[in-house]
This record gives sequence, C-alpha cells and structure tokens, in this order.
Amino acid sequence: MDSFFANIDWADIGQATLDTLAMLGGSLALTVAFGLPLGVVLFLTGPRQLLEQKAVHAVLSVIVNILRAVPFIILLIIMIPLTVLLVGTSLGVAGAIPPLVVGAAPFFARLVETALREVDRGVIEASQAMGATPRQIVFGALLPEALPGLIAGITVTAIALVSYTAMAGVVGAGGLGDLAIRFGYQRFQTDVMIVTVVLLLVLVQVLQMVGDRLVVRVSRR
Amino acid sequence: MIEFEQVRKIYPKAGGAALDGVSLRVAQGEVFGVIGQSGAGKSTLIRLINGLEKPTDGRVVLDGADVGALPPAGLRGLRRRIGMIFQHFNLLSSKTVAQNVAFPLKLAGTPQAEIDRRVAELLARVGLADHAAKYPAQLSGGQKQRVGIARALATNPSVLLCDEATSALDPETTDQILALLADLNRELGLTIVLITHEMEVIRRICHRVAVLERGQVVETGEVADVFLHPKNAVTRRMLADAGLEDDAIPADGSALRLTFRGASTYEPILGRIARETGVDYSILSGRIDRIRDEPYGQLTVALIGGDVAEARRRLEAAGVQVEAAR
Repeated sequence: MDSFFANIDWADIGQATLDTLAMLGGSLALTVAFGLPLGVVLFLTGPRQLLEQKAVHAVLSVIVNILRAVPFIILLIIMIPLTVLLVGTSLGVAGAIPPLVVGAAPFFARLVETALREVDRGVIEASQAMGATPRQIVFGALLPEALPGLIAGITVTAIALVSYTAMAGVVGAGGLGDLAIRFGYQRFQTDVMIVTVVLLLVLVQVLQMVGDRLVVRVSRR
Repeated sequence: MIEFEQVRKIYPKAGGAALDGVSLRVAQGEVFGVIGQSGAGKSTLIRLINGLEKPTDGRVVLDGADVGALPPAGLRGLRRRIGMIFQHFNLLSSKTVAQNVAFPLKLAGTPQAEIDRRVAELLARVGLADHAAKYPAQLSGGQKQRVGIARALATNPSVLLCDEATSALDPETTDQILALLADLNRELGLTIVLITHEMEVIRRICHRVAVLERGQVVETGEVADVFLHPKNAVTRRMLADAGLEDDAIPADGSALRLTFRGASTYEPILGRIARETGVDYSILSGRIDRIRDEPYGQLTVALIGGDVAEARRRLEAAGVQVEAAR
C-alpha cells in the first residue's frame, strides 16, 4: 500500500482540493449572478415573448454563441490581459475565476432561457390578466415556476465548471486537475492521477446528487 | 358596461381577419355568452376586453375607457377590475392554493392581514377552505377551476371573463362550475362574459348570446329567442349539432312548430284546443327543457282534419308561438 501511494503528498492533495472547491464556489456564484439575468433577458426579448426586442435578442444571442464557440482552453489564454486587469493576477484561484465565469455564464444563460421557455405560457397570460408588471411576472411567476429547471441547470453548470477548473491548471490556477496533469500525466505518477480523479469523481457525484434532491424537493407538478 | 364598436383584428402572419367588424354591447350584471367553433375568433374577442390583444381597427370600451388606447399603467389598473378564468386554469404550480388566490392581491400591494382575511373568505366561498395548503397538482380539474375563480375574484372585479372555462371538465363538474358562476352573477351582480363552443353552457347560464362565425357576429339576442327561433343557418347547425334543434322535418309545409314558454309549458293547451276544434295532431318531434331557469317546450306537430286555421288561432291566443316548421 505504502509503495503504491509513494508519490503522494497528502498536504498537496488537500491544498489542491481546497483550491478546486474555491474555484468552483467562486465561479459558480458569479456564473449564476451574471448568467441568470442574461438568461432572463434572452428569454423576455425572444420571439413572441413579453418584451420582444428582435435587435437586443439577436445581439445577445450572437455574443453568447461566440463565447460558447471558443474552446475553453483558448478562452483561458486570450482572457489573460483582462483577467490581470480585473483581479490583478492571472495566476492561482483568483486568476482562474474570470475565465471560468466568462466560459460558463453564457452556457448557463442558455439553460436559464430553456428552463423559462418550459413555463406554461398560460401562467404568464394569467399574470398579465391580473395586472402584473413585467418585473412582477418575472419574480412572482416565471422564476418560481421555473425553479426546478433552474436548479437542474445550476447542477449541470457546476459539473461543467469542475472539468473547466482542471484545464485552468494550464494557466497556473492550481487545483486537483492541475495536480492530475502535472504529476499524474506529465511525471507518470499513476497513483496521483488515480487519487485526483477519484476525488473529482466524488465531487461530481455529490454535486449531481444534491442537485437532483433539490429538484425533487422544489417540484410541485 | 362593455362595448365593441366595429372591431377588426388582423394577425399579420395569419392572413385574413380574426375579427371582422364586430359590434357588441354587454350590459352591467348580465351573463353574456359568445359561441362559435374553433377559429371563429372567440379567444381574440375575449382578450380584447382586458387588453391582452389590441384591436387593429375600431374600439373596445369598458366603463368609458378605450381599452386599446390605455397606457401600460392604466391597462394594469383596468385589468385589476377584470377577473379572468381559463380553460386550462393557468394556476401557478409552484404556489399553494392560498398563495395562488393571494397572488393578484400581492400584485396590487394589499397588506398581508387583509390578504389573509380575503383569501380565507374566497376559499370558503368556492368550497375549498380545507385545501388552502395544497398545491394545484393535488387537486381535481373542478377544484382547480374553483381556485381559478377565487383568484379571479380576489380584487373584487366588476367583470369576469371566462375563456372556455368548462371545456376541460367532465359534464358533472361543468354543471357545478356553471352553477357557481350563476350564483356569483346573482349575488355579486358580477358581469360575466364567457366564450364557449358548447351550446349547453349558453343554455344553462347566459342571458344573452352572440354567435360568432369567421370573425363576424351572425346572430345575437336573448338566449331563449336565439335558441327557440334561430335565424341564421350557422346557429341552426350548431343547435342541431347540440341536439337542441330538429333537422329532419318533412318539408311539405304541413308541419307546425309550437313553442311554449314559461308556465304555459306545463299546461294541457294542445290537447284542449285539439278537442275543441276537432283537429287531430301527431307529434313529429319535441322537447321540454329549461333555458336558465325558464321552462320551455317546443313541439313539431302535424295538424290533420277539423278546423286547422281556428286551432292555430286559438294556440296563438293561448300564448303559444306558432310557425311553419322548416
């Protein structure tokens, strides 16, 4: 047993785990903070919707598609100057968060738009008929009705972010993925690879389980 | 009072007019039905009343306000004075029954204590006091529509719009919901405008009816007049489809259609006059029923022998409407 785990420095693993969790937590919170309003606006300005605005919808849609089309690894690198401007460094957990958010927020916004489209149009019409303002419709009817879909979207996004954090190791972000690449892959330390991948798997598993349970808990249909 | 003045509504993509020169007047406190087949323009018509749709031409006037010309804030204010219920109920699935009923009050900024009091009162009124904490998914269709009605009445509207409100319900539940609507009309003086494709709904609770066909009103009037003496072919066909009109009478002109209304429905008028005038009669078809609370009978008869002209005169004198059967 000892010889198999010979290459493992548990302190490093612990630090990498904390880094991954910090990147995930920070980027997920900001992804939701930016992606949710963006998704709501995408939905509301869409064809035949409450605040239909063809031009606004088209422009936002193209921006979202461009950001989603750029491979994350490229995004990481071209974002470096902007990242330095925003957080003062392109390294470490702080340096990873801006590219993670820019990569994940457009993705999450599309999931939000889809979840809102699933809401029965009749509910929106009924709210309008009651004299609700667009703001009241969004906060009083649309978002509560779409909550299960939104939570499922956050779960999917969180898991996508876990794999993005691994790539963020390329720009010196740290974390479990970074450890897996630098030690497990480049130095052929299979034991490090296995331990990091198992930890990532546990993380993904836990996220999915918590997400699924929350969806069931808030579903009233 | 609601008034449609030469209203046209054109959907650019659909081609053709959904409504084509509709003029109507709905009086305060009446139950007004609009009947038509799908695609006739009913949904558009009812949505013009609370501004969910805007007329392309003409005006819809509600209590003096031109609905189509109101600014957004004015329109929201107007909508709080108009309740609406829907075929598929359109309840918020994420909110409880009580929260659904409270929703329009919350939108209007009503204080919480007042909301609680009003919600309890409304749920008791529609017979759902025990279901306040349930979610819509736990209710039957009829119960969901009761929640819809309670929600629509929350802000004390003077008008209730019913968009095919019973079309998704079974006959027994339909009866209960219609009875509730008739009670609300009587007790609260609520003006009700309903659209439906079911003649039965019109017969049960409406005072007046408009028949809509391809965006035009082809016939309008008191429900009893329209049902018992339909003038338009579309109306006749709809009545026949509903089993409320005979469409298989010998067309040789010998048959007469006798219409009894009110108390005379139950009197032995036909037998007495036949005896007095020596006329024999055979009943070709007939029905005795009610329109709202008014009983009526309508018989198609052939009169044979004796003094037919005198029999006919006496029938008319006894308050029976006599016309040649078509």
